[in-house]
Amino acid sequence: MTPMASAPAPGHPAGATSPRPPPGGPGGGPLDWARRNLFGSWASTAITLVMAYLLLRGLWGFFSWAVLEAVWTVPANANGQPDTRTCRELKGTGACWALIVEKHRFIFFGTYPYEEHWRPLLCIFLFVALYAASCMRRFWNRNLALVWIVGLSVIAWLMWGGFLGLPYVENERWGGLVITLVLATFGIAFAFPVAIALALGRRSRLPAISTFCVTYIELIRGVPLISVLFMASVMFPLFLPEGMTFDKLLRAQAGIVLFTAAYLAEVIRGGLQALPRGQYEAADALGLSWRLKTLLVVLPQALRLVIPPMVNSFIGLFKDTSLVVIIGIFDLLNAAKTAIVEPAWQGFGVEAYVFVSIIYFVFCFAMSRYSEGLESELNQHRRR
Amino acid sequence: MRWTFSDPVVRGVVYQVLMIGLVAWLVGWLASNTMHNLEVRRIASGFGFLSREAGLPIGDSPFIDYTPERSYLAALLVGVLNTLRVAVIGVVLATLLGTAIGIARLSRNWLLARCARAYVEVMRNLPLLLQLLFWWALFRESLPGPREAIRILDTFFLSNRGFKYPLPVPEPAHAWVLAGLAAGLVAALAVARWARARQAATGAQFPAGWAALGLVLGCPLAAFLASGAPLEWSRPALRGFNFAGGGTLTPEFAALLIGLVTYTAAFIAEIVRSGIQAVPHGQSEAALSLGLPRGRVLSLVVLPQALRVIVPPMTSQYLNLAKNSSLAVAIGYPDLVSIANTTMNQTGQAIEGVAIIMAVYLSISLSISLFMNWYNRRIALVER
Repeated sequence: MTPMASAPAPGHPAGATSPRPPPGGPGGGPLDWARRNLFGSWASTAITLVMAYLLLRGLWGFFSWAVLEAVWTVPANANGQPDTRTCRELKGTGACWALIVEKHRFIFFGTYPYEEHWRPLLCIFLFVALYAASCMRRFWNRNLALVWIVGLSVIAWLMWGGFLGLPYVENERWGGLVITLVLATFGIAFAFPVAIALALGRRSRLPAISTFCVTYIELIRGVPLISVLFMASVMFPLFLPEGMTFDKLLRAQAGIVLFTAAYLAEVIRGGLQALPRGQYEAADALGLSWRLKTLLVVLPQALRLVIPPMVNSFIGLFKDTSLVVIIGIFDLLNAAKTAIVEPAWQGFGVEAYVFVSIIYFVFCFAMSRYSEGLESELNQHRRR
Repeated sequence: MRWTFSDPVVRGVVYQVLMIGLVAWLVGWLASNTMHNLEVRRIASGFGFLSREAGLPIGDSPFIDYTPERSYLAALLVGVLNTLRVAVIGVVLATLLGTAIGIARLSRNWLLARCARAYVEVMRNLPLLLQLLFWWALFRESLPGPREAIRILDTFFLSNRGFKYPLPVPEPAHAWVLAGLAAGLVAALAVARWARARQAATGAQFPAGWAALGLVLGCPLAAFLASGAPLEWSRPALRGFNFAGGGTLTPEFAALLIGLVTYTAAFIAEIVRSGIQAVPHGQSEAALSLGLPRGRVLSLVVLPQALRVIVPPMTSQYLNLAKNSSLAVAIGYPDLVSIANTTMNQTGQAIEGVAIIMAVYLSISLSISLFMNWYNRRIALVER
């Protein structure tokens, strides 16, 4: 059987993705459907059988590992330490979810003071609420920027505390899921204005300005994020005058902002270029200054065009924040990594990573689904 | 003519002078701070440290005979070669896997298309670093130790120290085999060019693919036999707690390669799918009605047109893969970033270390872009 035999007629998406049944095909019951889509030819039948076998075996194996054979709790030994012997006796045939039961607070909140855990928890809900509000199109107006400023300020107050009755918690003790959300959200919020400036600068007719912007964008896009993070963690302290220091989290946040701005600038430039020339000319003909033209005519339309790719950039950034593990910042992934350092829990990395994967997946999958839906919605007028 | 601020030319000059001044001031300020800080910390700047003895052991150096007594320069060179090794193999494998999954997504077999879609969604929505750590944990936790290694015919061994395989002991005559391979490649290219010219001139076809395969395999084989077939195998064997002899695929390399390939393949699959869908259906219908078999429709009509859409985004995926290989530092594969990081920690030469990382990645990115742009121009549509 060659792969060609199973290749589709190019240009036709799989039946599952097209809303209508293929023309000429008989309608009708599930048997007809199965005959068409699963047993259309000898090759197709063979693929269906092989895939079904592998799928069932894989799913059954996972189910048996994750549910049937899994250990959910372990007793404590005389020293009050968890006794993981029952987990070790499984030798990998069952998951040791006791790790998650024991360490879930650590994975979510890191070393944040235990009695104050409600604060990062509230922040996580606030972040989700901010994302949800930004996703609804009826909130797409000037007030949204205000909502974001207020929301992020409240989050900063909740995390740091220090006034209005909340005890101060220094950055070193933050950790877990909330760090991931902070780095990604503040990263995109601060990178956004920089990116707009860079994108406008790149299209500027003034050679000094456009050269600077092009150099910056291409330089940052040519190197891996990890080198920018290294720069932030080891070189920023050298750049600043003596006595002026930032802590590691803020340095990493600055590195992420500088990095994201370059990528976001290219996305926004795409929107600027997609805008018809007539719009620029009409604004000029009305006698608008460059500032008014940009603010009233160009940016509102260009930014609207690039909302779906900007959501995709945000997903990329959300995933990329995990790289701060390498410079030793305590994000979600690092919390999972640290949870299995303790001797009692060593060797249960797969469980920890599967758990963290689910959290990352929920966030990223929701956003990518939203971006897909938005894209087709915004492109409706182009479809015939 | 009066010089006023309302003259766009004057304004442009003023803005640019301001911009250059600002950037120059910023750079000067940062540089003077850095100089001062280096002086205070007694760090001598410059690349003199490169010739000092490194003293850092590297576990995986298949190209250079490296020992810890050699210089930092040699260590960094090992790192660059390791980065290139994983990037080159990764690009090839990711292209193959990604294309297969992209075609599977368009399959008329519902189950296959659905599985391919699920694969893409899962891979795209999880951070790469998490996937790398997952594979690494899986290899270390679920593979047996060297003494209980899974053995295949007593020649191949799979354990948590890696995959061991026999390797031919190098002989001077092997240089002739390499020369034979080079000659075979050149001859194959010449045959392909001649066959294309002849087909264009006369319409007669020549089985250039088989001829090329014969040349590429036959020439080194002939050289090998002509030099007396010197071949001795170095087989891996258990000595003490580990294996000696033979070649090794370390778990770090395997985890990095598998992680990079499976992650990038998901993105490549989407690019291939949209590229194939971008070819109008009429093209394959026309080719089918000319009597071309399905395989040739794909290779002669659809793919050449799809490639024009595919190549530019594919380039950025290759760039991403090369840059993402820097995540090796998190699982201890000795790539450039990992070795430069150790160098920075040992010598304190942070600025030079980060500069070397950035310079190498910029060169790799630039080379990939230049090559892909050349390829893109080659396959571009020649219009009237």
